[in-house]
Amino acid sequence: MSVSDKGALRVVRAGPLALLVDDGRFGVRHLGVTQGGAADWFSFRWANWLLGNALDAAALEIVIGGGLELEAEADSTLALMGADLDARLDERPLAPGVSFTIRAGQRLVFRQPRNGLRAYLAVPGGLEAPQVLGSRSATPREQLGGLHGDGRTLQVDDKLAWNGRAVTGRRLPFDPAINMALSGNWLALVPGAQIGHFSGASLSRAFNLPWRVDDRADRMGVRLVGPKLHCRLGSMISEGIPLGAVQVPPDGQPIVLLNDRQTIGGYPRLGALTPLAAARLAQCLPGQEVRLVATAREHALRTHRRCLAAFR
Amino acid sequence: MVAQIELTAMDVLMVRLFDAIDEANMGWIMAADRALREAFGEELIDLVPSYTTLMLHYDALRLDHDEAIGRIHRVLERLEPADTGLGQCHEVPVWYDLSVGPDLTRVAERAGIAVDEVVRRHCGRDYYVFALGFAPGYSFMGLVEEALATPRLKTPRRRVAAGSVGIADRQTAIYPLTSPGGWNILGRTAFPLFEHARRGEPLLRPGDRVRFKSISRDEFVRQGGDTTVLERAP
Repeated sequence: MSVSDKGALRVVRAGPLALLVDDGRFGVRHLGVTQGGAADWFSFRWANWLLGNALDAAALEIVIGGGLELEAEADSTLALMGADLDARLDERPLAPGVSFTIRAGQRLVFRQPRNGLRAYLAVPGGLEAPQVLGSRSATPREQLGGLHGDGRTLQVDDKLAWNGRAVTGRRLPFDPAINMALSGNWLALVPGAQIGHFSGASLSRAFNLPWRVDDRADRMGVRLVGPKLHCRLGSMISEGIPLGAVQVPPDGQPIVLLNDRQTIGGYPRLGALTPLAAARLAQCLPGQEVRLVATAREHALRTHRRCLAAFR
Repeated sequence: MVAQIELTAMDVLMVRLFDAIDEANMGWIMAADRALREAFGEELIDLVPSYTTLMLHYDALRLDHDEAIGRIHRVLERLEPADTGLGQCHEVPVWYDLSVGPDLTRVAERAGIAVDEVVRRHCGRDYYVFALGFAPGYSFMGLVEEALATPRLKTPRRRVAAGSVGIADRQTAIYPLTSPGGWNILGRTAFPLFEHARRGEPLLRPGDRVRFKSISRDEFVRQGGDTTVLERAP
């Protein structure tokens, strides 16, 4: 079944952080422009899949929740995926992993993280916003993209509009709660060329001891706290940084670089998380424990292909 | 051209051409940038040139890893350095003043010269654009003469004004946007770096040369410069 759906949500309360995202900006890294886009791209795509949207249609990334409140201006079908942020549709609890109907005047509130950190709210056909350098994703630090094209995060009285058709009745082929619970257990890392410059003891610790997600964590990067790692390379000449790069500054505590990372930098790296592991880390709350597990590039790519095949 | 090709992520390779910063690298990096873009075409997701490397992100769903490495080797085998004389030359007007250049004094004191002399010397040579990074349109330029080389601030400032011109060690750069920053700020320009970067047409590109020119406050204002003081001397 498919319904014509032109609609909008008005922001009643903005909450700490919500922003417009799509797949991110590509082909512009050489201009110093960061990637941006959904930090948990896996949940973001499933949110769009639930509505039958293009998988990269612009959606809302809601971080923490913290009282974000949206009011519907028309009857619509929306989809919620990713973290359980204790969402309520009026007073009724709304678990992620479903498409649902919202009536004009109803309010959607995101309260606090119960499982994961980032929820994705998809709308029929995707949110309307100007394309900036090939993407609608907001990157506040760069003043690019988002609802107004200037990188701003969601503000009170912003209007999230769409004009598309949603498929109704799609069900996820897995339990979203289990998917979220997996986040943070094991993070697959493809070792990079600089790994040989770390001491043997450091590598043993890096892959055998737990790491704690620090509260210095945002869309740029996540700091991990644990055993001090030692690398024979000091600081290096700045070079490109890929998504998920695990860089180790002189204090020996790794920083995993995520979607809004700076484009070049000069710290030695253990390697880079796989795209799926980067998405999982983006769902981790400060204090959560994670473990790094080395994985071969070929294996990482096979897993990645399997992940993508599931959307068909 | 001999290069090291390093695995950097599941679908990312680092092409390492040099091991030190040198103006003579630029012709090679520019030539490799052009040739790799052409060789990878639609299968290229991003190519990020820097001082000594090019980071190549390819579409691993369409292109095999070994084939990607083979292509890089074939490109490098035939590579000839680009003529660096072909880069554009830009004159960037800067209002050097203690109010918007809070680190002028620190740089002068370290070098044991007067503030005016710092300005004269900063304007006294052409700088190559080595790489873009950090922020849209932010260009890493060099090399600043040895006497002016000043390390980054121990604690970066939370806000450095858009248009600020700074130096860190032997590099110099312009902040396109108001952002945090740890470079030593000497002055401010109205050169519209960000406006061009957000359209995907950066004013300064790797291989270009830049010469700074000292202008008065009046000229700076006439060019649309903002004189609001954001930073304090450390």
